[in-house]
Amino acid sequence: MFTQPTTTNPPPNGSNAPPDTQPVIQAVELTKTYKMGDMEVRALRGVDLNIQLGEMVAIMGPSGSGKSTLMNIIGCLDVPTTGLYRLDGTDVGILDDNNLAEIRSLKIGFVFQSFNLLARTSAQANVELPLLYAGISGSERHQRAAQALNLVGLDDRRDHKPNELSGGQQQRVAIARALINRPKLILADEPTGNLDTKTSDEIMDLLQQLNRDQGITIVFVTHDPEIAGYCNRVIHFRDGRIESDQSNQPQPAPTQDPLSTGPAVPLTTDH
Amino acid sequence: MSFYESVRVAMLALTANKLRSILTMLGIIIGVSAVIALMSIGRGVEQFFVQQFTSLGTNLLYVFPGQLSEGPPRQGGRDRGVLTLNDSHAINNPLRVPDVIAVSPEVSGNALIARAGNDIDVSVSGVTASYLDTLTGDAAIGSFLTDADVEERSRVVVIGSDVFGKLFEPTEDPIDQTIRVNNILFRVIGVMEERGAGIGGANLDEMIFIPLTTVQDRLFRRRTVSGEYQVNIIYASVVSEDRMEAAQEQITELLRERHNISFRGEDDFVIINQSDLISIFGDILGAMTVFLSAIAFISLVVGGIGIMNIMLVSVTERTREIGLRKAVGAKRRNVLSQFLIEAVTLSLIGGLFGIALGAGGAIAATSFIPDFSAVVGLDAIAISILFSMAVGLFFGIYPAYRASRLNPIDALRYE
Ligand SMILES: Nc1ncnc2c1ncn2[C@@H]1O[C@H](COP(=O)(O)OP(=O)(O)O)[C@@H](O)[C@H]1O
Ligand SMILES: [Mg+2]
Repeated sequence: MFTQPTTTNPPPNGSNAPPDTQPVIQAVELTKTYKMGDMEVRALRGVDLNIQLGEMVAIMGPSGSGKSTLMNIIGCLDVPTTGLYRLDGTDVGILDDNNLAEIRSLKIGFVFQSFNLLARTSAQANVELPLLYAGISGSERHQRAAQALNLVGLDDRRDHKPNELSGGQQQRVAIARALINRPKLILADEPTGNLDTKTSDEIMDLLQQLNRDQGITIVFVTHDPEIAGYCNRVIHFRDGRIESDQSNQPQPAPTQDPLSTGPAVPLTTDH
Repeated sequence: MSFYESVRVAMLALTANKLRSILTMLGIIIGVSAVIALMSIGRGVEQFFVQQFTSLGTNLLYVFPGQLSEGPPRQGGRDRGVLTLNDSHAINNPLRVPDVIAVSPEVSGNALIARAGNDIDVSVSGVTASYLDTLTGDAAIGSFLTDADVEERSRVVVIGSDVFGKLFEPTEDPIDQTIRVNNILFRVIGVMEERGAGIGGANLDEMIFIPLTTVQDRLFRRRTVSGEYQVNIIYASVVSEDRMEAAQEQITELLRERHNISFRGEDDFVIINQSDLISIFGDILGAMTVFLSAIAFISLVVGGIGIMNIMLVSVTERTREIGLRKAVGAKRRNVLSQFLIEAVTLSLIGGLFGIALGAGGAIAATSFIPDFSAVVGLDAIAISILFSMAVGLFFGIYPAYRASRLNPIDALRYE
């Protein structure tokens, strides 16, 4: 499996990408059925999805339409009932718990709506957490966490506990934590759901910057069309299926090479 | 995740709710302090007895009248299970009992003694001059009873140091003063040096010593049917430690002959040596130890269940944390070891508190009880530490297993 130095990664998407590049996320006919007693909840009813390295994708849709379910499968927190899911070329369906944990540790960063920071634990220690499980030594952990906090603009808040930080700052810590493993993919399920408009914009700017500068693939769920406007691709969900999948120009696209923001996959609407 | 990190996380979780942690540890604390107190006080008591017995005199045999177990009544006119002054004289015959170098009989009872309006109850020990040949100690003031005193049935008394303290001013000269023993006047001829506790814990310093013959004739009048002086005990000093058993056999043979006991008959006397006594006390101590160990064990188990309970609560409370840890890459074994370490840390800290408490109790016992010092052994501490860790491990496994099996999605959704 090939590894790519994330820092020197040029935006590989759009027409710049070699045509035979395999997608980071490749899902074929995904279904997910939850059994609750006699009841079956079909959360996903056949989802086909390809996301290329370096894309920034928004997922929208009404509540209960299966967005989180899809995110969980993409994030290797869960496995599909049927269908195929390849993450970075690896068939995730055949992996056991420990292998999934390892993939999460190496390739994926999560950002949650409710931040999910460890209480009574400093920002620095929160950010270091994934490295703990990746077996990285203490000094390197400190150094990398400091860098990550620096990147999200919190280098003066390292020793603050979550309850000493604002919502926006907490979400920045969470983003730093998601970054720390140098993942290929950051998944954010409603990252701005608990934040006001101004803070939401700051967080989205940060995510966009990570996508642009470091080439990290970002997939996030939102209810806010304006937030979705930060992306070059928006996927609409309804009843466990993809209702539409469209590319757009990122809204605050100031001085960017137009080539690098092009659509990763052909414009489609699967109705 | 490193061991150190796991311990740090565990400490963080435990200090977050100090009161609860301490309450959880209570069972362990009680169990371990019981173990520590038990072992150190037990050892102290043992040393105390060994020291007491050896301070009475070395290589001493105690000959008591009677039997350890009641047998059928024997024929013959003799009183059953009685030792006499003549038995004592017979044991003193080096031709019959060559391994015994000194013999002293004793008859004892309680009496009221009085002087200048002071009344006290004391134990009276009726002995002969050879008393000092078998038991240690001597008169500190004046002199001890002589053969002539015994011969003449003199009304003279040697008093213990505590008795002196109670009847006389410290500066007073007690020699040739008179005191009343059961209303009979006695002349004080000596005061014993301080000797401390004797057999069975009786305090030798609170006793008075009167010629055996005087005691028999004037105080207690214990005679056999045939008019012989009866004694309560005969002390026999053996020439050396490795001759103890031989001496015991010689005395047994002599007394059986003197008491006309047939070949099949049981002894009507009991000979005990110091190591027998020590082992009898050891048995009593052992029974107590078993009993207290059971209590300690039960409270350790209760403590363990408390730990299991609190760890289950903790796992439930921290479901989201577990979910998060798993989401960022924690494997099952990481979560398992984290909670196990937490449980062990909890029980280990409880154990350390328990050790401190138990040792404190032992030290308190040492300072409150005279002549006694508890011994807090390293082995007791090691056992306690091992036990409390084992309890934490055993009772922590199930909660930790539960935590490790949590599904990260369910855990993250948990409110
Ligand atoms: N763990 C679960 N057990 C049972 N049903 C679930 C579970 N997770 C999600 N669902 C159901 O699956 C459907 C899709 O849920 P979800 O993916 O969370 O929707 P969204 O994130 O789009 O709001 C909903 O009907 C929800 O109730
Ligand atoms: Mg959702």
